[in-house]
Amino acid sequence: MKKTINLNVNGVAHTHEVEPRLLLVHYLREVLELTGTHVGCETSLCGACTVMIDGQAVKSCTMFAVQAEGASITTIEGFAKNGELHPVQEGFWERHGLQCGYCTPGMIVTAAQLLDRNAAPSREEICHGLDGNICRCTGYQHIIEAVEYAAKKSKI
Amino acid sequence: MAKKYVGQRVKRTEDPRLIKGLAHYVDDITLPGMLHVAFVRSVYAHARITGIDTSAALAAPGVVAVYTGADVADKVGPVPCAGALPDLKVPDHRVLAKDKVYFMGHPIAVVVAKDRYAARDAAELVMVDYEELPVVTDVEDAARGGTVIHDGFSDNIAYRLTSGEGDIDAAFAAADRTVKQRVLHRRLAPIAMEPRGVLARYLPGEEELTLWSSTQIPHLMRTQVALMIGIPENKLRVITPEVGGGFGSKLNVYAEEALLGWISMQLNKPVKWIETRRENMQATIHGRGQVGDVEIAFKNDGTLTGLRYSVFADMGAYHQLLTPAIPTLTGLMLSGAYKIPAIQMNITACFTNKMATDAYRGAGRPEATYIVERALDLVAADLSMDPAEVRRRNFPAPNEFPFHTATGLDYDSGDYEAALDKAQQIAGYAKLREEQKKAREEGRLIGIGVSTYVEICALGPSQAMPAGGWESATVRIEPTGKVTVLTGASPHGQGQETSFAQIAADELGVSINDVTVIHGDTGVVQYGIGTFGSRATAVGGTAVYVAIQKLKEKADKIAAHMLKADASRMSFEGGKYSLEKAAAAAAGTGTSDPVVPVGEAPAGALPEPQTDGRSSVSIQEIALAAHIARDLPPDTEPGLSATYFFEPKNFTFPFGTHIAVVEVDRETGDIKFLRYVAVDDCGKVINPLLVDGQVHGGIVQSIGQAMFEEVVYNEDGQLITGTLMDYAVPRASHVPNFELDRTETPSPVNPLGVKGVGEAGTIGATPAIVGAIVDALSPFGVKHLDMPIRPENVWRIINGH
Amino acid sequence: MISAQFDYQAPATIEEAVSLLAADPDGARVLAGGHSLIPAMKLRLAQPQLLVDIARIKSLSYIREDGDQILIGATTTHYQLESSDLLKNICPLLPACAGRIGDVQVRNKGTIGGSLAHSDPAGDWPAAALALDAELALIGPNGDRTVKAESFFLDLLTTDLKPGEILREIRIKKPSGQFGQAYQKVPHPASGFAVVGVAVHLGFNADGSCSAAGVGVTGVSVKAFRAHATEAALTGASLDDQTIAAAAAKVCDGINPTTDLYASSDYRRHLAEVHTRRAIKAALASGK
Repeated sequence: MKKTINLNVNGVAHTHEVEPRLLLVHYLREVLELTGTHVGCETSLCGACTVMIDGQAVKSCTMFAVQAEGASITTIEGFAKNGELHPVQEGFWERHGLQCGYCTPGMIVTAAQLLDRNAAPSREEICHGLDGNICRCTGYQHIIEAVEYAAKKSKI
Repeated sequence: MAKKYVGQRVKRTEDPRLIKGLAHYVDDITLPGMLHVAFVRSVYAHARITGIDTSAALAAPGVVAVYTGADVADKVGPVPCAGALPDLKVPDHRVLAKDKVYFMGHPIAVVVAKDRYAARDAAELVMVDYEELPVVTDVEDAARGGTVIHDGFSDNIAYRLTSGEGDIDAAFAAADRTVKQRVLHRRLAPIAMEPRGVLARYLPGEEELTLWSSTQIPHLMRTQVALMIGIPENKLRVITPEVGGGFGSKLNVYAEEALLGWISMQLNKPVKWIETRRENMQATIHGRGQVGDVEIAFKNDGTLTGLRYSVFADMGAYHQLLTPAIPTLTGLMLSGAYKIPAIQMNITACFTNKMATDAYRGAGRPEATYIVERALDLVAADLSMDPAEVRRRNFPAPNEFPFHTATGLDYDSGDYEAALDKAQQIAGYAKLREEQKKAREEGRLIGIGVSTYVEICALGPSQAMPAGGWESATVRIEPTGKVTVLTGASPHGQGQETSFAQIAADELGVSINDVTVIHGDTGVVQYGIGTFGSRATAVGGTAVYVAIQKLKEKADKIAAHMLKADASRMSFEGGKYSLEKAAAAAAGTGTSDPVVPVGEAPAGALPEPQTDGRSSVSIQEIALAAHIARDLPPDTEPGLSATYFFEPKNFTFPFGTHIAVVEVDRETGDIKFLRYVAVDDCGKVINPLLVDGQVHGGIVQSIGQAMFEEVVYNEDGQLITGTLMDYAVPRASHVPNFELDRTETPSPVNPLGVKGVGEAGTIGATPAIVGAIVDALSPFGVKHLDMPIRPENVWRIINGH
Repeated sequence: MISAQFDYQAPATIEEAVSLLAADPDGARVLAGGHSLIPAMKLRLAQPQLLVDIARIKSLSYIREDGDQILIGATTTHYQLESSDLLKNICPLLPACAGRIGDVQVRNKGTIGGSLAHSDPAGDWPAAALALDAELALIGPNGDRTVKAESFFLDLLTTDLKPGEILREIRIKKPSGQFGQAYQKVPHPASGFAVVGVAVHLGFNADGSCSAAGVGVTGVSVKAFRAHATEAALTGASLDDQTIAAAAAKVCDGINPTTDLYASSDYRRHLAEVHTRRAIKAALASGK
């Protein structure tokens, strides 16, 4: 019944035997102990579980770990490099883009995807790009400003 | 005292761990041997349980235990309700249903297994036989009689209460005019992004139980759970790790929290339960849920003379911690920002076959503000006056504070007109009205809504609270000069790790990086009340401030001793006690640094500060001397630490003006924001960045309530909005760009002058938004609309359906 | 929110997938992006015994021109369609529709084939497939066959796919001559699904009159449908405001729109009409 999966998470190769029904988010959180990726809604609507899979932001609660066979995954824990924050992380800190912090990892991953595809997004494009992520604390304004900060910062 | 941090937009100290994904919420904690729990919950709203068969579940792989109501009925005490009201009916609320279920989602049995997948599989195997009973979902039906939900009660009325001051009948009799309006406040789901969760670990040797719980009130929970499961309170430790939002939904003591503790004590193993979002929709408290009629009496010039609000309040099936108290908060705030000589509120609170209502951001006060502000709009419409003008006419003047209301409160301070002026100026109100007129001539429907709210915060004096209204703080300076602040508040996103550190750093003259704020661990922090009711900074922050003054009184004496000087001659600036004024002035611009740089000093005996011949000594040197304690003034306790429990003399009353401008699409009914201006006055501000964030978030929850959110049960009591597929929480593209500003009227209630801001947006914004939509539709004769106002409602009005 | 147990296979070829399905036509389900199936499995509304993951079959993901046709592999993701420069150039309705689906994360993972095969009454792709008169290529135990989109969507979550069959390719006649396209959508504020979605493809004669019209509507009924009366009212006509309005008014002819918490039947009917009109106008404006 169990399947072997091989995948790379934050630059580290992993091989595990998993039940096919094991959700990717549970694999990341419970097998790899990378608990920065959160579960918020279970119906693929809140985006708290977003991770980057082969360069694409994906909701890891709507994916079985077996589907990630061979994939290269970056979770929030892999965003800061050599002690330096990713520009989006920096933006969230500078612009107070988070309060309780629960949606934040998913927001940061999604925002990074947005900037990968559109280096200078308008406010409307930022909002559209964050359609898949719910924040109940910030009212989004500081999140939007955080993404704008990161866009400017990335250009330098 | 020079302020280096207070009042500044200081970046949050809690953020690095959160943005790196390294913070720990309950579900991020794993303990060796940990078991997982899944609940079996009622699929019916009202039914008799005729049988429960747990045999298949018990035989399922990985299952360790299954418990039902019969197993725990005489082991775990009832879920507590702290709302004390005359003649209140309190149903016996057990942690698991025994004979009957009263709402969809009511927990019936609990399965404990080796992992969460096994627990979930086995929960599916618990067979429950039900005999369905008639369901009561409508609060007015509940009041009328018919099916009585709880055995032993004669009806479904939890309590009736009439409150208010002034001669209400005379006020209405003497009025030139009156208007009356039925107003609905739908049930809302708080939707903290992190659902609830509990991890319980009982250590049989130490006889200690630790509960990690996603709660806003660790100490209150400790007391209540200790009573429920019969463990000495000093053997129970509650830890709130990172908490992913609460909004009142975690200001409670839930069945699951006590039950998990009890299960861990039965199995001598750690057990974890993490709520699913579906469970969160079904079995975490809802907010609001009032149906009422407001009547307002006034003179032809717009002067208000009386207000009456008669309301049916939907309690749900049981009382949770504050369920019955919430509507009484509505009653307290029915004077709004206005002079109203006579006010009366009549509450009929009823049980229904639904989840309990309780505190959701604002907790009874958004209802009050909404009612009063809607009523003011109705007065304006009735008199063909500008809604801002009606409001202005009825404000108490700044020199009338403390202002006594006919609801029995004394508002601390305020300048309501200043906030209204500023908001109108930012919005360009007069010009907006002209543009609106022009737009109407072109067939466009633009509406402007004004809300001049006042809220009651900093809950509150203990006289008015069920379990203490004070807050506590301990401040100590460690031997190495690091400052530790222990607060009884329990922030979960509000940022008090930063704002309290700002207060401490300024008052002690140290770098903010040398301050750590610890909260949410009853094993470490002195008893506290918690974070809710916009209280943490006004009450908890004040406790920190006063504790520091106490600490400094002791430091003063030690400083004088160390410098061999008279304490009265010394001054304290920039973290240093100095003999000379010049030195003090120079120090005033800097901060003091720890005497023992961590990682650099040799291990072993600490270097005793040498002050011979010096004219100044830093507070951190004093801390070191106080710990080495070889040369302290006579009768001085070693150590440098102070604890203070701050009891406020009154609530605080923040206020402000929100102006919303919307345009509706004639064809589709779509509602679009054109502007949103908010001028809030929360007294003195510790950190404007955090205040802005609180206001933004609050307004967006208001947008949700005004335009999207509604918990819907059908007539069988089935929850229709059971997931985020159906229950619409605002997203980024739903919200406008906010234009914020502030006025600053200090509160006399506390030495910091702060009032609180956590709920302002949720309280102030809904009437502005609804007012704007109603105003846009006023050409169609619309005077009021109930929330949530969806495009279809608008379309029906425009097209006469 | 944990799925029941199942077995998982990731075949290397579509033929292998077909034989895996054939071995257990009742218990096996095809998994592509998983964004329709996995939520249903987590709610235990779907409890397949075996998932046959076709997303790993590389040869099923493509967008290409083939003569007068556009061929799209079933596991092509919404994002690949949204960002395809080729499609933006030759059939912009497809990227426009793709860009309105769910959210970024869903578009990165969800597939056009999965969406069509699921036949969600509020899914976006069925509207575009109907407007473009797409042909769907199916493969099954009895070999290959094709079916027109209009014959494919049978009922609520029900398609013409027979047990053991897999949707492998979507074929669209490459728009030629002068044409215009648009997709107009009212997303549900919670789910993002279409309360109403209208896809329009218009061909134009040299004089600007409408030579051909395809109008696909989703969100309105138990399944997506083609608005024949609207198409007929447009075809051959000169598209002035009045003609467009009259054509749009027929969009729900013969349909009884759904009522739900967000929108009543009447309102849906109205929205369908308004957005059909807006879509036609947008298609007309985009004409080239």
